[in-house]
Amino acid sequence: MPDITELLWALGKIGFMLAVILGTLPVMIWAERKGAAYIQDRSGPNRASIGGVFRLGGLIHPLADVFKLVFKEEIVPAGVNVFFYHLAPIIMMTVALSTFAVIPFGDVLLLGTREIPLLVANLNVGILYILAISSLTVYGTVLAGWSSNNKFAFLGGLRASAQMISYEINMGLAVLALILVYGSVRLNDMVVAQGDLLWGFIPAWGVVLQPVGFVLFLVALFAETNRNPFDLPEGESELVAGYHLEYSSLKFALFFMAEYCNMIVGAAVVSTLYFGGWQVPWLTTEGLRENAGTLLTVSLSVGTLLNLLFATGLWRKFQGERGTLGDRRELESGILAVVFLGLALATGGYLLVGKPWDIGPAASAHFATVMQIGQFITKTLLFSWVFIWVRWTLPRFRYDQLMRLGWQYMLPLALLNFVVTAAFVLFTHG
Amino acid sequence: MGYSVHGPKARTGGQGQGLLPKESLYLIEICKGLFITMRHLVRNVFHMGDMPTLQYPDEKPDYGPWLRGRHRLMKREDGSPRCVACQMCSTICPADCISIMAMDDDRPDVEKSPETFDIDLLRCVYCGLCVEACPCDAIRMDTGIFEIAADNRAAFQVDMDFLLNNTTDGVKS
Repeated sequence: MPDITELLWALGKIGFMLAVILGTLPVMIWAERKGAAYIQDRSGPNRASIGGVFRLGGLIHPLADVFKLVFKEEIVPAGVNVFFYHLAPIIMMTVALSTFAVIPFGDVLLLGTREIPLLVANLNVGILYILAISSLTVYGTVLAGWSSNNKFAFLGGLRASAQMISYEINMGLAVLALILVYGSVRLNDMVVAQGDLLWGFIPAWGVVLQPVGFVLFLVALFAETNRNPFDLPEGESELVAGYHLEYSSLKFALFFMAEYCNMIVGAAVVSTLYFGGWQVPWLTTEGLRENAGTLLTVSLSVGTLLNLLFATGLWRKFQGERGTLGDRRELESGILAVVFLGLALATGGYLLVGKPWDIGPAASAHFATVMQIGQFITKTLLFSWVFIWVRWTLPRFRYDQLMRLGWQYMLPLALLNFVVTAAFVLFTHG
Repeated sequence: MGYSVHGPKARTGGQGQGLLPKESLYLIEICKGLFITMRHLVRNVFHMGDMPTLQYPDEKPDYGPWLRGRHRLMKREDGSPRCVACQMCSTICPADCISIMAMDDDRPDVEKSPETFDIDLLRCVYCGLCVEACPCDAIRMDTGIFEIAADNRAAFQVDMDFLLNNTTDGVKS
């Protein structure tokens, strides 16, 4: 019988996960627009501002987008199947958010005598839950395409279903090989296993043990999330906007957000399965707790230096910009420079006064947890960036090329990878 | 910052034909492409000023003196319009946007002068033929003003007062 505190902890963890995803969303949208711009030698969004002062390099634009989408007219076309038309975006968003439930974002948190596993639901099916739930995304896409009563949207939904079914097989086979290697389907067991070292110096990450499986999984993930080389369901040059063609206002925003949520979840899954999840490379949880004082001192010093660097850089920018723009936007870099200087003073002051090299065991444990969560978020953000990077590098596949790649090249390769892994595991451990 | 573009080799046919073996593996080529885009990104992050983008409302492009911008009427030394109301410009105007009303002038050396000189900026095609046609260099299009916008049609019907005080520095006085 779970008591009330456990329920509260579960709610807290759900809240934390939601905050991470929904907080990362605008950053992802910003990174997509700004990254695309820089890749294409443009300067990207930099106009929207708060109070005419803070532009934050375009970070205000996602906020402005939200206001725009909320206040847009919501149009429901005449011929739609009203029930499924409204259900589809809900499915998309729910599925995207609920996948996160089984992803561990840290080792066990010690609070006094209480041990709290840092994942929302420690299911014994683990990775199978992710595969099962993420397959449901296709229902959202297909229902949106079909219920819109529009031939372009319908084609988009059709393409999505065929594509997802084709690439789910490859994804499943890649994951099966991984399950053979780790001997468990629980994600946390997998992450713990990835804390070992191979031959004493290489972290035993999934990507080292299963390089072919990693490539297969990554490609299949791109297809599953409908991202660029495989974004045929919404190929705007052929299908106008694909399956969400008839959606406007907030319902469109839900599709848009679900795409980025899927991306973040996909990045989290890749980093959990193949890049050690919350494991800090070369440092186990015990190692983190023992060396917490040293690590905290080092990270505080680095943080102070970085803050000082930012502050001076921004101050120089402030000096250089003075009088060029002719309005309050010139103040931004100056104010930010002062903020960073304040941060530098805070971290530096704590470094000098707080004796961070001499923290107690409880604080060490918390520090280890914070480091691991930070590691997990860093890896997730890096892989989310890979999604964006690939999108602005590669052109879209043609539909027959997509199917040929999936069935003729990737499926045999995935089967081969699976058989070789199985044989290896049998001869070494059996 | 010139970008070298390697010309594509002549390749024929469809799927996988004409590709070198290492190219048909895709992955190496994809990684090469990723490094190209990353190179552009890193260069643009660290050399933001080198980007060809113009921050338009803050930075204006310099089109040089040959730009045909909004018209202006030239003045004599005493401040009266140089125009003699000969109707050459309104005659040659292909868009028929200039309308001049002439009047007798009392001054001994001036026979006619315009009573009104109106230009419909919405009809003007900025061809510059009026400037070429003018026998006494009374109309010019050298103001450099190319941002001609308003929220009502009446604002585009400009009269002689407006045109006489249209200055070259891009600021309406």
